[in-house]
Amino acid sequence: MSRLAANLRIIGALGRRSIRQTFRRPQLMAPIIIFPTLLLAVQTGGAGSAVNLPAFPEVNGFLDFMLAGAMIQSALLAGNSGGIALAVDIEMGFTDRLLAAPISRFAIVLGRLAGTAALGAFSAVYYVVLGLIFGARIEEGVIGVLLMIAFVTLAAIAFGGIGAAIALRSGSASVVQGLFPLVFVILFLSSAFFPYELMLEPAATVAEFNPVSFIVEGVRDPVISTLTGEDAWKAFASIAAIGGISLGLSSLALRHRLRVGS
Amino acid sequence: MSAIEVRGIEREFEGGVKAVRGVDLDVAAGEIYAFLGPNGAGKTTTVRMLTTLLRPTGGTARVAGHDVVAEAGTVRESIGVALQEAALDPLMTGRELIRLQATLHRLPRAEGERKAEALLDRVGLQDAADRRVGTYSGGMRRRLDLASALVHEPRVLFLDEPTTGLDPVSRKGIWEEVRKLNADGATVFLTTQYLEEADQLADRVGIIAGGLIVAEGTPRELKAQVGKPHLEIAICDGEVERAREVVATLGRPLPAKDGLVLLELEGGAGQVAPVVRALDEAGLAVESLDLVEPTLDDVFVAKTGRHLETEDEAPAEEAA
Repeated sequence: MSRLAANLRIIGALGRRSIRQTFRRPQLMAPIIIFPTLLLAVQTGGAGSAVNLPAFPEVNGFLDFMLAGAMIQSALLAGNSGGIALAVDIEMGFTDRLLAAPISRFAIVLGRLAGTAALGAFSAVYYVVLGLIFGARIEEGVIGVLLMIAFVTLAAIAFGGIGAAIALRSGSASVVQGLFPLVFVILFLSSAFFPYELMLEPAATVAEFNPVSFIVEGVRDPVISTLTGEDAWKAFASIAAIGGISLGLSSLALRHRLRVGS
Repeated sequence: MSAIEVRGIEREFEGGVKAVRGVDLDVAAGEIYAFLGPNGAGKTTTVRMLTTLLRPTGGTARVAGHDVVAEAGTVRESIGVALQEAALDPLMTGRELIRLQATLHRLPRAEGERKAEALLDRVGLQDAADRRVGTYSGGMRRRLDLASALVHEPRVLFLDEPTTGLDPVSRKGIWEEVRKLNADGATVFLTTQYLEEADQLADRVGIIAGGLIVAEGTPRELKAQVGKPHLEIAICDGEVERAREVVATLGRPLPAKDGLVLLELEGGAGQVAPVVRALDEAGLAVESLDLVEPTLDDVFVAKTGRHLETEDEAPAEEAA
């Protein structure tokens, strides 16, 4: 077996463990499915008439607009849950078990992110199905759905890198868990739940430059209109930038942890 | 050839805490070596350095013939590690954990599955293999940890406090397994804070205190350094003085204590029978007779001035 194939097998095994861990620990699964679903239900039910406001973008229904926000919320929380799970591994010494094995050190992070990616894909499929059941219409059809799943999966990896970096640097699940409210601040300062046009300043300007907005718009675009290259490109670039930075920070945090040995 | 060869190894943590301050070790292939010391002595820090989990800040160490810093990957391929407090995921099943361990050691899938089944059988966990580890007792967790450390048939096995917190029956079960592994050819390096564990299991013992090895040798050699076995004889009718005279030539009389006749016997248990015969021939009735041997705790006291089992936790080990 080549070195690459062996490493991929190890990353796959760690990813599968990560997925099982999430499904077996309800407090890791709840933020990915239950919270965004509840928020989606409450907002769609309570603020559905917002689509009639003059500045609201043209959509088939409020659910169509909100679907992307719920998906990215889920991806952000999947990243946070992955970070919490990694920190729990550090706290209980499971990471030492992995570090004492003859594997690439970064495989520990990549294994965790592989699991987060799978959870991202799972949640994307879940929200597409949920949306379709409750009457959402995806303008771009199957290609649009595949693009949405791809963006949400990649976004989960990018956000997971942030969770992993903080977990590796702090070694504390409660520190990573403490970022939970920040996820909502980031989301509410983006176009996830409100169109830019309806936001007040300075929130509108912050949202306009918030990379999460670009990702949300990339996921939303195939739902509410025919695909535009610009939205997709901006979403991909934002994911790449966040992913590059977060994986770089994870790598630095891992090196620090290995150096200080605690 | 030494399975473990350590020269002047040191570890200083951030803030200047020196947990290990120049340890030298030579553990021969096929040996069981016990690192005995209280919490905070530097045992775990030393094991973490030897298992490549922690970089030494001074000195060198070779495990299975490979440098723990320059050839860390090769060291990891050669060693099995069962960590303190059994670092197991409570959400995994026993079978999942051993299979994962087999994958981490790059065993082909079929071989990993075969090894997992054999090891679960070996440690008596086949019936509990599909239960989550979180439902296991302390003893079951340690057995699973031990099994997972063996999946790649390591040449050197590190066991960090393998029986801490276990009941006596579970503890003896782990000892039995360690003896079997050693009989199969594995070198075993274990840390412990239990005197009996070191005494029962180890070919050689290193006593560590304050980050330094303060004594090293076979349990018998170490005990011989602090004294010889002695008899404590309780005589009926209080004829202590006459009893002292009768046994005086059979050993070295020690000052009487609490109405007991004390007699040091250089040859230990082998010299008890002549003493019993002499007392019987002199018509002295013996109420009780105990052969008292020096313990490793006596050694620890002699070397450090403190008792091992009353040591408090020290911050250095916590930092490790």
